[in-house]
Amino acid sequence: MSRMVIMQGNEACALAALKAGCRFYAGYPITPSSEVAETMARELPKVGGTFIQMEDEISSAAAIIGASLSGVKSMTATSGPGFSLMQEGIGYGVMTETPCVFVNVMRGGPSTGMPTKPAQGDIMQLRWGTHGDHQIIALYPSTVEEVYKYTIKAFNYAEKYRTPVFLVMDETLGHMRESFFLTDEEENPEIIQRIKDTEFSDDELFHPFDLGEDRTVAPLVGMGKTRFHVSGLVHDETGFPAGQAEVAEKMIKHLDSKIRMYSEEISIYEEYMLSDAEIVVVAFGTTARSALRAVKMARSDKIPVGLFKPVTIWPAPVSRIKKLFRSANAFIIPEMNMGQYAQELSKLNKTNKHIEMLNKINGELITPEEILDSITKVWIQLTEI
Amino acid sequence: MSSTKYFNYLRKNTLPTVWCPGCGNGIITKAFLEAAGNLGLDKNKVAVVSGIGCSSRVTGYLDFNTMHTLHGRAVAFATGVKLARPDLKVVAMGGDGDMLAIGGNHFIHACRRNMDITIILFNNSIYGMTGGQYSPTTPNKSIASTAPYGNMEYQFDPVQLATTAGATYVARSTVYHFLQTVKYIQTALSHKGMSVVEIISNCHTYFGRYNKMSKPSDMQEFFKTNSVQLAKAKEMSKEELTGKIVVGEFVNEEKPGYLESYQNLQGTFEVDRECRGGEQ
Repeated sequence: MSRMVIMQGNEACALAALKAGCRFYAGYPITPSSEVAETMARELPKVGGTFIQMEDEISSAAAIIGASLSGVKSMTATSGPGFSLMQEGIGYGVMTETPCVFVNVMRGGPSTGMPTKPAQGDIMQLRWGTHGDHQIIALYPSTVEEVYKYTIKAFNYAEKYRTPVFLVMDETLGHMRESFFLTDEEENPEIIQRIKDTEFSDDELFHPFDLGEDRTVAPLVGMGKTRFHVSGLVHDETGFPAGQAEVAEKMIKHLDSKIRMYSEEISIYEEYMLSDAEIVVVAFGTTARSALRAVKMARSDKIPVGLFKPVTIWPAPVSRIKKLFRSANAFIIPEMNMGQYAQELSKLNKTNKHIEMLNKINGELITPEEILDSITKVWIQLTEI
Repeated sequence: MSSTKYFNYLRKNTLPTVWCPGCGNGIITKAFLEAAGNLGLDKNKVAVVSGIGCSSRVTGYLDFNTMHTLHGRAVAFATGVKLARPDLKVVAMGGDGDMLAIGGNHFIHACRRNMDITIILFNNSIYGMTGGQYSPTTPNKSIASTAPYGNMEYQFDPVQLATTAGATYVARSTVYHFLQTVKYIQTALSHKGMSVVEIISNCHTYFGRYNKMSKPSDMQEFFKTNSVQLAKAKEMSKEELTGKIVVGEFVNEEKPGYLESYQNLQGTFEVDRECRGGEQ
């Protein structure tokens, strides 16, 4: 039996985290993400979990990684300025292959920017914010229901691929209240649990970076039954530093391939009326809501347009986008930034299809009418040829 | 024999250490291992967290759960470990640059929360790993590679800093005072709440060489002649104490910390759940 609920994006994120087994939250107040922390502060002690408000975002990132390595699923939430401060911790999480979830509710930037306005300016920071080569997973829902669903997914991905995972929102999504039906499946989702009962002998040291036959890293085991060493230095399977060139190459390639290899499996996207589409609108987050409306309006004008909405924005849905570049004739990419994702997707545009960028960076949402105008303009261009 | 007690906690396969011959870090490591041996700590139930720097490499040599983390962030990582796993004994180790400059904010806030962790501060008054730059505990006028004309800043007193911030066990020793160091670490490890042990150590390679004490023994001699026990220091004037190292236990008190208060809160919800028939 599904039940009707009404909640805010930030609140849905916190409640889903609890459902996914998150029992530790460390964070620092920042608009527009603070309601995630407030909900966690209220709910965590009720389920035996722990909340702490740290002195900054740097220590928040450190604390959640520490908690996760010790054996407890953990999360933090922030926005642009705080996300910048968390980058060194994210790099450490990547290097030590620590499952944890970072929520980034995007607001206008750079710097303090527009704290109460939506933006999508962190798309490339999500991908490359921390230094060094690595792959990262970022999920960007566009409805409150999706926030709930994909926060749980984010925790599962973190455990499965042993990596920090980003759950991305924008200010509008974080603060929007929406009603939806919480289905049985959403109430009882599949949860990947941390291994708790492995037995080790007293003198045995757990090797936290041993690879399995599928070339993925073995699941993390909490402290207590055994002990282990982790370091941000280049290390071998034992976790101890090893600076030899061949060890470094193997390790850093592994950080890349362990996600790249499974990118199809990680990739989540939604499609609307793409089968006969000559124009494809690619949009995510709150912008995808406007885009869907615009596509419906254009379809009623008989324009063959469809919507591609990536939820997994990183790794980018490369193979699907490549196919779309072959089948459709023009692309419209509305983003609340100066074209960060459009630039990424244009790398896949081997046949030089027209890409129309629609960018807005003034703190206001892109409206369905603006996207419809783009669709109409592009359709006229296509039919004139 | 005491040697077997501490050898048991050493990862012999990761030796030799990266430290220079005669470095005080070895003495502090041994003091920690002796304290651990005396307390009979369970290796799997201890987490030692360090940052970046010479002394922070200590986590590679200790046979516990060990985390070699980010520069300055050891205390923040340790806070996460302790709150998530109150059953573990959690220790943060690091140098003066790591703990008091880049990590200064985490240091004072962990003290303020009376977080249930032990900080072992290896204070050698210099950044050793990066080549002898001045740190927050380099004395005024001392020479460093980034203070070639003498340090124009003033040094932190980590004991005063920890005390004012709210730590409930604060002690200082030097690498010359080995037995005292073991005792303080042991007391700190048994203390409930935030414990800070500052151990003045020698970096003869940089601090010593720049400041006319280039042999480890020169620096040991300096610690020996310039240290004053706390009881005696209390009878001395401010002028008499100038340039002296006061060693002793400065704070040892009981006060509920964040963890204890939080566990009490969790307990009230647990009772509430039981009253409602174990509903989750």
